[in-house]
Amino acid sequence: MNLKKDSKSVVQKIKETTEDIHNKIKQLKQPQLKIPLRALSNVKYDESEGYFVLQKAIKSRTLTASTIKTFAQTLKMMGLSMQLVNTDDIATKREAYYVSKNWGDARFLEQPESDTVMDDIEAMMMVNREQIGFIPEEKGGDVAGELVVIDRDSETGKELHIDCTKFGSGAYSVPSTCEHLKFETKAKFVLAIETHGMFERLNKHKYWKTANCILVSMGGVPTRACRRFVRMLSDQKKIPVYVFTDGDPYGFGNIYRTLKVGSGNAAHINEYFCVPQAHFFGVTPQDIIDYKLPTHPLKEVDIKKIKDLIKNDPFIKHHKEWQKALEQMVKMKARAEQQALAKHGLNFVIDKYLPDKLKNPKSWLP
Amino acid sequence: MVERSAEELAKKQREISIAEFFEKNRHLLGFDNPRRALLTAVKEAVDNALDACEEARILPEINVEVIQLGETRFRVIIEDNGPGIIRKQLPNIFAKLLYGSKFHKLSATRGQQGIGISAAVLYGQLTTGKPATITSKTGPDKKANYIKLKINTQNNSPQILEDKEEDWTGKIHGTKIEIDIEGSYLKGRQSVDEYIKETAIVNPHATFIYTNPEAIQIIFPRAIDELPPEPREIKPHPYGVELGRLMKMLETTPAKTLQQFLTTEFVRVGPGTAKEICENSALLPRTVPKQIGREMAENLYKGIQKTKIIAPPTDCISPIGAELLEKGLRKEINAELYCSATRPAAVYRGNPFVIEAALAYGGEQSGDSTVRIMRFANRVPLLYQQGACAITNAIQNNNWKAYGLQQSKNSLPSGPCTVVVHMTSVWVPFTSESKEALAHYPEIVKEIKLALQDCGRKLAAFVNKKRRIGEEAKKRGYIEKYIPYVAEAIQEIIKISDLEKKKIEDNLCEILEHTRGELEEIGIDNPEYDPELAQIGLEEENESEEAELLEKEKSSRKKNKKITDYTETNEENDGEENS
Repeated sequence: MNLKKDSKSVVQKIKETTEDIHNKIKQLKQPQLKIPLRALSNVKYDESEGYFVLQKAIKSRTLTASTIKTFAQTLKMMGLSMQLVNTDDIATKREAYYVSKNWGDARFLEQPESDTVMDDIEAMMMVNREQIGFIPEEKGGDVAGELVVIDRDSETGKELHIDCTKFGSGAYSVPSTCEHLKFETKAKFVLAIETHGMFERLNKHKYWKTANCILVSMGGVPTRACRRFVRMLSDQKKIPVYVFTDGDPYGFGNIYRTLKVGSGNAAHINEYFCVPQAHFFGVTPQDIIDYKLPTHPLKEVDIKKIKDLIKNDPFIKHHKEWQKALEQMVKMKARAEQQALAKHGLNFVIDKYLPDKLKNPKSWLP
Repeated sequence: MVERSAEELAKKQREISIAEFFEKNRHLLGFDNPRRALLTAVKEAVDNALDACEEARILPEINVEVIQLGETRFRVIIEDNGPGIIRKQLPNIFAKLLYGSKFHKLSATRGQQGIGISAAVLYGQLTTGKPATITSKTGPDKKANYIKLKINTQNNSPQILEDKEEDWTGKIHGTKIEIDIEGSYLKGRQSVDEYIKETAIVNPHATFIYTNPEAIQIIFPRAIDELPPEPREIKPHPYGVELGRLMKMLETTPAKTLQQFLTTEFVRVGPGTAKEICENSALLPRTVPKQIGREMAENLYKGIQKTKIIAPPTDCISPIGAELLEKGLRKEINAELYCSATRPAAVYRGNPFVIEAALAYGGEQSGDSTVRIMRFANRVPLLYQQGACAITNAIQNNNWKAYGLQQSKNSLPSGPCTVVVHMTSVWVPFTSESKEALAHYPEIVKEIKLALQDCGRKLAAFVNKKRRIGEEAKKRGYIEKYIPYVAEAIQEIIKISDLEKKKIEDNLCEILEHTRGELEEIGIDNPEYDPELAQIGLEEENESEEAELLEKEKSSRKKNKKITDYTETNEENDGEENS
């Protein structure tokens, strides 16, 4: 797997697309931009590959009076991208938004507009946004545990060995681009955790030492960098990944699903930004019963979200176990947070819950 | 306390003459303030002049002159080319209240009660002490009668101060009245200027020559050389007669039997219907009308209501016509859309009537204020008491939001729009004797609303179209705005020459314009607009000095130019009418 596409090929593709538009205009024909439709409706869950695969639906943006503004903005953004790649520079999404303020009437008014255009170009080129010179603002996630990350010094180019056991009460932060990283570890598994609070508790009590594992804090839906980091680590070192989230539809459908198989919006790059080997530890609906966890009632939106997952999410639709679990949750009309385990003592999670889970793969979800 | 006997009190009880009554209650006749008094005096005289001409089937030519004598004193002179009035009738017509030819008949004329002109004479007499002067000539070979009149308010009778025959050279026939009154001349929507203008608009068969107190003469030439069809007089319809009136009719009828009374005194009652009415009233057809007492009359009244009688004939009224109404509007307002509607005749209280409406939308009209309303009844503009009028009420109760105007609940809509409503009827129901507001009969309000809705639908279609075109223009603006950026980006990426870049811009223009097709244009296309006419009656007070100066300049030019200008328009219009 090689994500590092030749930078020349990106420039080449931008030029080709533009040439094509130029030719159309020369022939007095309406030019078009063809962009794969990035939505859950246009992905398929490929079991053998283990992630969401982009389908054929295409969104074509024909140049008309109502699309001309976005059309101009897309072309301007492509120009910016080419310039960044050519000069080996990068711009954050926010910076790109500010660069557009130079474009007169074609400037973006809000950052979400520029983000969308950026995502469109990314999908059009079928590359990751880092490859077209744009980097996200977002943090990649925190890591602690039995792991040495091998990075490079940006000045000298020398290898840097970063020991993730030596951050004390802090943690190693995943960089926004991690293609160049290498790893050394003897850990038995990676534990990806939804909330930073739970990560801190496990880190403080050095759970990674007790269980010989690597802890990763996702802080909500995992960023691309976080997904890529976990994937590379797991691939290179052949270690399993377990996921620990809140027991609610958001934890299942957004956090775990995105980590494991990718998202609809980034369907063109899911291949690299997913962790098909991940397993769901909990909190499962069954855990709520088994551990008599304190719960919150499901809200109207939660139920709607669950029904939507069962009906429309290709991943959930593929796994009967998930459907059962979700239906069980609807029946219980309740959800539970990771921290709910503290009911049985603050360290119940370390002493009992996680060891139980490790011993009992049947309590996991696919 | 000293008690007073009935005999003592009786000394003070005496008859009040109608003239005395109006002397104290002049507001009922429209003489409540100096400005309105001036307008009412002109209006009553002009209404009479037009009625007289039309009744004699003469194309009216009315000369109106208002001369300022002092700060608050004016002389009003109205001269017509009507049939003239014979000497014997002159005193009663001009100096006796409630004397006239129109009260007892039902036909679509302006005057109704025989109060108006005498009231103007009375008002002049009250405020200036001067008599009214009337000159009238009835034929080419005859001498004119010249008479000075006052009203004796105690017994409501004419008092002749001067009476002579004289030559009126150059005049074939016609009448001239001069009254001195206390008044105030202001421009604006309720001015004499506005009244004359609106009258000219709805009476395109009449020529008006108007000289205002500033000594500026304005001529409104007639636009058509054809009199409106003569209003036919009809007998009352049984449904429109109230019990008191019915009893009076029974008393005075020459008919020998009830059957005969019903068939001769009413419209739409044939022998069959008459018989049915008698049956429904439990009265014999052979009953002698004069012997019918109050109770029997009430039975008869109820019997009439029970009987199904066909609606009165409607060919007795002649509306202005939607086309002419619209044409008048075109002269007055430079708008983008004109539309009009004439309703079929309808009936209220047994009186047939027709409602016409017209709209002018957009153009040079201001969109911030409420719509302008122009109300007319039997070809007379109604300038006062807008709020009390059934027309205003009907406009308020219409849902104008659906037609693209703004409107808060139950109030007048706002937007760049003028609404014209005209009611023609054999008997226009006014709320008071000053004849400025229509009474709220449900049938009338309903018809007005239907006419407005008819216009409203056309308005809605136009407003939508205008909005679509506006959006389209905006999109085209978009094209022009963003084409340079598309070309610029292409240049940045594939490094083309400036010449090629220019070529891209041109091509893009062509591609995008081509896909959009021709842009439809909405604008003011109104060759009939008459800016000077539109200026008449406009307020001057609030305008800046500069505008006033400009206005003065204009009016000084007007004097010289005006007459020729209007004559030209006239010829054009004639040409159109004939073709």
